[in-house]
Amino acid sequence: MKHDLSELTALSRRIRSRLVQMSHAAGAPHLASALSCVDLLVAAYWEALRIDPRRPDDLARDRLLFSKGHAATALYAALAYRGFFPAELLDHYAEPGGCLPEHPGAACAPGVEIASGSLGHGLSLGLGMALAGRIQGRDYRVFVIMSDGECNEGSVWEAAMMAPAQGLDNLVAIVDYNKWQATGRSNEVLALAPLREKWEAFGWSAAEVDGHDLAALAAALERVPDGSGRPVALIAHTVKGRGVSFMEDDNNWHYRVPNAEEVARAQAELGPV
Amino acid sequence: MRNAFVAELTALAESGAPVVLLSGDIGNRMFDDFKARFPDQFYNCGVAEANMMSVAAGMALCGLRPITYTIAPFTTTRCLEQIRVDVCYHNLPVIIAGVGGGLSYAANGPTHQSCEDLALLRVLPNMTVVAPGDPVEARLALRAAAQQPGPVYLRLGKKGEPTVHAAPPEFALGRALVVRPGEDVCLLAAGNVLPLALEAAAVLAEAGVSTQVVSFHTVKPLDEALLAAAFARFRLVATVEEHSVLGGLGGSVAEWRADQDRPGARLLRVGTGDYFLPEAGDQAYLRERYGLTPASIAERVRRRLAGETS
Repeated sequence: MKHDLSELTALSRRIRSRLVQMSHAAGAPHLASALSCVDLLVAAYWEALRIDPRRPDDLARDRLLFSKGHAATALYAALAYRGFFPAELLDHYAEPGGCLPEHPGAACAPGVEIASGSLGHGLSLGLGMALAGRIQGRDYRVFVIMSDGECNEGSVWEAAMMAPAQGLDNLVAIVDYNKWQATGRSNEVLALAPLREKWEAFGWSAAEVDGHDLAALAAALERVPDGSGRPVALIAHTVKGRGVSFMEDDNNWHYRVPNAEEVARAQAELGPV
Repeated sequence: MRNAFVAELTALAESGAPVVLLSGDIGNRMFDDFKARFPDQFYNCGVAEANMMSVAAGMALCGLRPITYTIAPFTTTRCLEQIRVDVCYHNLPVIIAGVGGGLSYAANGPTHQSCEDLALLRVLPNMTVVAPGDPVEARLALRAAAQQPGPVYLRLGKKGEPTVHAAPPEFALGRALVVRPGEDVCLLAAGNVLPLALEAAAVLAEAGVSTQVVSFHTVKPLDEALLAAAFARFRLVATVEEHSVLGGLGGSVAEWRADQDRPGARLLRVGTGDYFLPEAGDQAYLRERYGLTPASIAERVRRRLAGETS
């Protein structure tokens, strides 16, 4: 690993603490969805991605597409802490006229590759970028972070069929598999399981990983392309609301916004931002 | 128009433009030569239009000039969400080419007809909507679209449409073309009905009504200068299109006219009705059923003119 594991673990806690604060300050929902994917973002931005925050438009950069746009605070905080823009900007999250809307906008802040919010778009956009890289002779990789609920969308599976047909080994689908979607268990609302086997059957090089194990995530992401000639699907087992004891695996926090007392309790567990 | 499209696509690729053709599993044999010559610039995306549209957006975000190509309803209404969010919201130079626009593929039934596409695409921010009137315009429209900084919907017919322009006209998106001069009535035609409008003008001429015919190929943005001149000068302005009278060229012009302090000429909208026709029938049959014939158009124009003077 490029970074000390304890350093990255501390970073994840700081980001989570910040997310709780942002949700409260803006009165914005989807906190548990954001907490769920923090470690995926940290492993990607700090360990795997070939990027330079000072050159967010570099044509040769790796791309991270954040397809589960409702969890935007996690993306914003990761980008800020990684140096794409000042962390003070996070204090203005969702403010009217500001550049950090509740769902990422088109070209809204440095490092935000795509607008998202409507689910099921990111993988296809990423496929287009991965194909463009091959056409243009650039060896960048495209990482798409998706939610498990997002896999309800048919367009995801259209893309899942096309990427292997084109042999796009520079494309990675990372599914934040926290087993919840907005109003129910994601394995019950639709027949999502068995998820790894589904991606495998569609022709992907699929693997399961503990989505909160930073070392395991970093190792899996750094391996891309993995030599199989196929796109990579990483099924990341996560816990919705991860890091705050009274939010973990409690789907009320999909929509609920923490009050001041709950912010204090959460930050007592997570530490400062 | 299909052959004109492929000819211009090939010319663009030859000139080094970073065009990439994305096909929705259509164009059997038509792209063989293009594929052979530019293998990195053609991808069959399968019967998966939602994905195809977002793939195009992803490519455009990386500096390519993708063109999606399939039957009009499948590259418009089927994936309207992807057009809206991925193409229009990001304001990307994606060309959405719909073949079989209007009633071109009439015999295939309403699933393959496209009489709502102009309306649905023109309400999307950043979108330019073009319906060429003949194969010459189709080529010029594709060439112009490839220079646009944002998205363009290019509504094509099928193959074998008559050529209206003997020589390539000076073509610009948003600038309508007068193809026949006249004094009393102005027919604004969008798309493959241009020859039909000319035939209607000939019928009207026999009845002593002098009729100007305009190829109003760009439905968005409207050629407002031409509209202002036409409504100031003529007794009647009529829109003609193989599209619902709701929301297409007729709808656009009606909206524009409603905002004018002095609207001038009356407006007549000729198009398909607000209903599906599920019975079997070719393009000529369906045009007849929807009142899109030279005689029917001429008759409606005459009645409106009579109403004006009575």
